Amino acid sequence: MAEANLPTSRPPSGRPFSIRSQPGFATLAILCFVLLYAPLLPLVVYSFNAGDSLAYFEGLSWRWYVSAWDNKLVQDAAIRSLILAASASLFATILATMAALGTTRTRSYRGQTLIYALINQPLMVPEIVTAVALLIMFAAIKAATNYHGLAYLIIAHTAFCIPFAYLPIRARLEGMDLSLETAAADLYATPWQAFRRVTLPLMWPGILAGAMLAFVISLDDVVITEFVKSSGQDTLPTYMLGQLRRVITPEVNAISSVLLAISVVVVTIFFFLNRKMR
Amino acid sequence: MSAGSQIPADSAAPAGKAPGMQAEAARRADVRRNILLTTPALIVLFFAASGPLLIMLVYSFLRPGDYGGVQWTFATDGWASVFLQRDIFDDTLSVADAHLSIFWRSVKLSILTTFTALVLGFPTAYFIATRPVESRNLWLFLITIPFWTNLLIRTFAIMEVIRNQGLINNILTGLGLIDEPIQMLFTDFAIMLGMTYVYLPLMVLPIYASMEKFDFRLVEAGYDLYATRLRVLRRIILPLVKPGVVAGSILVFIPSLGAYVTPRVLGGGKNMMLGNLISLQFGQGRNWPLGAALSLTLLLIVMVALLYYVRSVGKAESHHG
Repeated sequence: MAEANLPTSRPPSGRPFSIRSQPGFATLAILCFVLLYAPLLPLVVYSFNAGDSLAYFEGLSWRWYVSAWDNKLVQDAAIRSLILAASASLFATILATMAALGTTRTRSYRGQTLIYALINQPLMVPEIVTAVALLIMFAAIKAATNYHGLAYLIIAHTAFCIPFAYLPIRARLEGMDLSLETAAADLYATPWQAFRRVTLPLMWPGILAGAMLAFVISLDDVVITEFVKSSGQDTLPTYMLGQLRRVITPEVNAISSVLLAISVVVVTIFFFLNRKMR
Repeated sequence: MSAGSQIPADSAAPAGKAPGMQAEAARRADVRRNILLTTPALIVLFFAASGPLLIMLVYSFLRPGDYGGVQWTFATDGWASVFLQRDIFDDTLSVADAHLSIFWRSVKLSILTTFTALVLGFPTAYFIATRPVESRNLWLFLITIPFWTNLLIRTFAIMEVIRNQGLINNILTGLGLIDEPIQMLFTDFAIMLGMTYVYLPLMVLPIYASMEKFDFRLVEAGYDLYATRLRVLRRIILPLVKPGVVAGSILVFIPSLGAYVTPRVLGGGKNMMLGNLISLQFGQGRNWPLGAALSLTLLLIVMVALLYYVRSVGKAESHHG
């Protein structure tokens, strides 16, 4: 079918009628792209505002970035966000890699549908439902054990990051050629050697892609964190949500812009990694 | 290739056994390996995703505690008060108007959001799919970036634009078109706008995925048979990309229905949606059983929508392939 998509089936330029165009579609599409990016522009611009206001721009300055950097609450939240995203994405990627190895390239077995449903459950159940369910369960555990640490958040984040890590790893595994592993086995490699020297290097781009998606998803989470966290365990997003109740200053814009930049960088790397994989 | 050759171990297995037994042993080893590899992820998911839902089901049948939490006595009040309320003076039951109006707002705004996202998203997906192959990835990338950007930040961006002191009102007052700022923030319109903005990529991506494989020779054949553009769109393109349209609509509808952050930031305290009503029961409302019952009701609606999706896509596939 690929040939059908190539420009060959198009009429030569200059002819008024193209079978591919629909009236107004291109305009709507361009409008859509503009609308997607336009609101982010003032957000970033006002983060450099020298004044206190989000309505009047009084010249360029770094002051809100400096003030965010010096804010103890922001520092703590940022460090907590990073620890949480790093550990949750690490655990989720390890678990997802194992699960992907266990569910692909095998004959279908009973219970496989159930396993897929379990792995993808965080994608199907509304976040608010998972969030209050976790609140109920962790409240009971907190009361029983009197432990209020970060482990609850790490477990909750690991769980909802698993499907995001699992999908690219599984896609990579399914596209891989088995003959190299068979060759390794034929050359008397032990199963572990074959995995370590052949399978793992081949699936590495998928693992990296999955880990990055998991990291971004964990870093951005608001709802589940908001309900699971104990008091004083704000992450950057929940800190910002709390700030919105007060008079907002461009400091929130500065934090947003930094988070925005991180997402753009990670997604760009992911994009090129994905392209190399093909 | 046989399934047995997938594990390197069996080529090194002792050769003395009968081939049938060896294959059987290899199959068993394969199953054991799969279970061992998959179990850790399933345990975490059961502990922090599925299990809590079961606990919540139990909690929905208990009595609310005085300061949050529950008393361990059986009660169906939680479920009854999803749609009914008891009068505090004469103990009569009546329909809970407040809850009904929140349900109605959630469904209404989710449908409107899905529709708006479809109107904007379908042409966009079509546009990307008809670009030359080399530039297609770039357009896709431009759709993906907002998708992976923090939802709170994007909601916040919308809030800054539509505030009374925001960009739109400032421009309109500056041009002298209006004297008083138009109140857009803290309205249903703001919630819908925000949800459309936030979930639009979820509409574009699946439609694009089903459009990518579209064979434009069919369109050519349509025109050869004197079809108009609208007719080609309605009778050829739309039926063939329907699975993508349904998938996109479901992907926008489900998170809209359960939205919490967007209505909280853009709707304010008055214009609540289901997600906020649920959250209220675990905060000031101090009615955990009702909150649990409301959550499970939301989950039920979502499951019905998903079931509809699975059935309609299954139908479309058996129809065309």
